[in-house]
Amino acid sequence: MIVHTKWSALSQSHWYEYAIRFVLGGLATVFTGAIAHSWGPAVGGLFLAFPAIFCASATLIEKHERERKQKIGVNGQRRSKEAVALDAAGTAIGSIGLAAFALVVWHLIPDYGFGAIAVAALAWLVISIAMWRIWRARPKVWRSG
Amino acid sequence: MEYFTRFMIGGLIVSSFTMLGDVLRPKSFAGLFSAAPSVALATLSLALLKEGDGYAAIEARSMVIGSIALFLYALIVCQTMMRFRCSALGATILSLPLWFAAAFATKFILLG
Repeated sequence: MIVHTKWSALSQSHWYEYAIRFVLGGLATVFTGAIAHSWGPAVGGLFLAFPAIFCASATLIEKHERERKQKIGVNGQRRSKEAVALDAAGTAIGSIGLAAFALVVWHLIPDYGFGAIAVAALAWLVISIAMWRIWRARPKVWRSG
Repeated sequence: MEYFTRFMIGGLIVSSFTMLGDVLRPKSFAGLFSAAPSVALATLSLALLKEGDGYAAIEARSMVIGSIALFLYALIVCQTMMRFRCSALGATILSLPLWFAAAFATKFILLG
């Protein structure tokens, strides 16, 4: 399947669902900074890869997918679980890109400052997409389960 | 004021990435954006400005370990959703102790 956009998906969410994710994202950033201040950057850094808003996002995906199926008279229980599982698989693949982001920042930030963060963001995108393409191209015998 | 700035920048970046994840298809590709460095972009930029590059580098080194924990966490959530009768909220919250265990155990082994 080719990567594409589905803009109508934005209208599936209520304004308060966007507000919840904004607040959770803001709180996660404040929380990470507070941990680094209290316990040092070595502990605070761990929380830069904490699945802070993953719980909320997964719950919303499950709710939207179930509602979408119920609208056409189908019990969306199984499909909604599959949608969350696929999102989680994507997150696992994306976490490899996240590790690449962190490695680039760790090694380049002393010399290049903000340039290192920009290069790291690009590395995250390239590695994540490359890993996703490899995962999609895996042989069918690996796909069961 | 510093925490307010953190809150606004973090909220804005995280919301942008999650909205991007909402509109992208297929679902597995959209999932990549759940692991976007959204909190990291805000936190490392602010750390670089306020604390200097050495501090930000230490945070980034630990983030590599956090990413390994996130990989395991997401894998467990995926398998739990596929194999058991469990809600998304249940699977994501019940798997959180695994993230903590993996992150802190790996940090202890590698960094002390």
